[in-house]
Amino acid sequence: MSVQTREAPPRGKVSVRPAGSGGSAPGGGRGTGKGTLPYLLLLPALGLTAVLLGWPLVTNGMLSFQNLNMTQLIQHVTEWNGFANYTDTLTSDTFWRVTLRSVIFTVVNVVVIIVVGTLIGLLLARLGPKMRLLLSVGLVLAWAMPPIAGTTVYQWLFAQRFGVVNWVLAKIGFTSMADYNWTGSQLSTFFVVSLLIVWTSVPFVAINLYAATTTISRELYEAAALDGAGAWQSFKSVTFPFLKPFLMVATFLEVIWIFKAFPQVFAINEGGPDRLTETLPVYAFVEGVGNQHYGAGAAISVLTILILLALMSYYLRLVLRQEAEDDEAGESTTDRKKGERA
Amino acid sequence: MQRSLLGRIWPNATAVVLFIGFVFPVYWMFNTAFKPNGDIISEDPVWFPDSPTLEHFSTAVHAENFWTLVRNSVTVTVLAVGLSLLVALFASFALARMRFKGRKGIVLTFMLAQMAPWEVMVIAIYMIVRDADMLNSLVPLTLFYTVMVLPLTIITLRGYVAAVPKDLEESAMVDGCTRFQAFRRVIFPLLAPGLMATSLFGFITAWNEFPMVLILNKDAEAQTLPLWLSKFQTAFGDDWGATMAAASLFAVPILLLFLYLQRKAVAGLTSGAVKG
Repeated sequence: MSVQTREAPPRGKVSVRPAGSGGSAPGGGRGTGKGTLPYLLLLPALGLTAVLLGWPLVTNGMLSFQNLNMTQLIQHVTEWNGFANYTDTLTSDTFWRVTLRSVIFTVVNVVVIIVVGTLIGLLLARLGPKMRLLLSVGLVLAWAMPPIAGTTVYQWLFAQRFGVVNWVLAKIGFTSMADYNWTGSQLSTFFVVSLLIVWTSVPFVAINLYAATTTISRELYEAAALDGAGAWQSFKSVTFPFLKPFLMVATFLEVIWIFKAFPQVFAINEGGPDRLTETLPVYAFVEGVGNQHYGAGAAISVLTILILLALMSYYLRLVLRQEAEDDEAGESTTDRKKGERA
Repeated sequence: MQRSLLGRIWPNATAVVLFIGFVFPVYWMFNTAFKPNGDIISEDPVWFPDSPTLEHFSTAVHAENFWTLVRNSVTVTVLAVGLSLLVALFASFALARMRFKGRKGIVLTFMLAQMAPWEVMVIAIYMIVRDADMLNSLVPLTLFYTVMVLPLTIITLRGYVAAVPKDLEESAMVDGCTRFQAFRRVIFPLLAPGLMATSLFGFITAWNEFPMVLILNKDAEAQTLPLWLSKFQTAFGDDWGATMAAASLFAVPILLLFLYLQRKAVAGLTSGAVKG
């Protein structure tokens, strides 16, 4: 780090350094930024984020303390009503029912995604090159499928009349399923939504987990085998410790992504039947925009954001700890870090 | 190591079953899109479109405003990705190559921003855009999409910038390049693959975005393709052939991009987003 003090401070916005005077000292240090240059480079990004992300967040908070329904919206009046939206929301049964539903929905999906994703990732590691390519192509296609396109396709697969799922179920013996209406009940709608979400989310876990297994040195397995470890033993003592950091990060990312999933849940049946498949983001949307209780909707969304923030701070602590370890290890030996990336 | 016959067969058998499971919905979309109506509405499914037709694609393409919406989607996506790449290039260079006060905090800000719950903020965004009298305009969409994809773009690009050996830049500067020239002539060409992979994520996010356009742009001519597609089936009265043709048209650009850039994409995601 001492190297950077020897470097000439860059002048002006794009550092118009006179030719010849440059020639910075060679060495391991990576800091050259002094003075205002780094801040100038970051200014556009930070400015845009503050205006277009920060401002809506603040607005969201302010709206949640207002009595804002269709009348106020049309007349452009601001009626503050203190914590009324929050007390109304927090004392309503519906809010807690929806919250519980969101939590269960998230937990079930994340568990399935992580377990299935891990198993498929390990399978990828075991396959020969040709089969691995085949399965990877399948996974990537599912991963890449746009959520709204996926939703329409699932609506068609599970269509009551002429849907291929009902046909298959009837053929294999469940004759009562011949004209089953999948969006007719809460549980079956959630089943379709969950299948859709699992289908698009598993590839991310599987492919990245497989990538992580390729960084494990063969020698470790050989050493384990020499020590007489069986398949399960060597998985537990060699593979799993390597995958654990990735699995932790992936689990939290999935929790966050699924908790706030909107397009699939909304587009498949708009939260129906009877608003029974509304998760928190859909509930905030339907209350706020659909039923035009904008203030109440904002309060619900603030509460949802708070839950998400709690999840995110936990996730960020994980990532930052890994980053700090990387920095310590990589400060002088940036080569090693590059090697890990490749 | 010798494995038993069963031990060699079951992984491959499972892989084939899984492949079919993952590909089937995508296959069924294309299959239905190419089948004549009689084959779609049949008591027994027709597994292969043996008499393919383009009539559904023609229905979808000739749907009202289709080309306007294609133009909207392309405009919004390309502008948002381009703008965020430009802004991110500066930011990621500072974050990868310079040491300064508050660097950690700024990285943290972008990591948080990357996970911003846009889906839940649509009410506030609606109010802001309405008060600015810009509902049904592509400008707010473009700007919000830019910021939506910006954090991941910065974090990913930062990984790519850091991976360009510093010695290259330094030797260019020894040879008389200014710092800006060194960046433009040495680092930028090496960054090109990284820029490609990074823009892929932005492209997908912006192309697929649904909640915001759902609330902001209700005018039929101001919508983008995801909103159009989500209403297609209702609007066309269960015309599944046309709906699947529409879904195919919407999904194909993304599927192709993803297959093409998959390797880089995965490397970029793991190096930039998950790792430091």
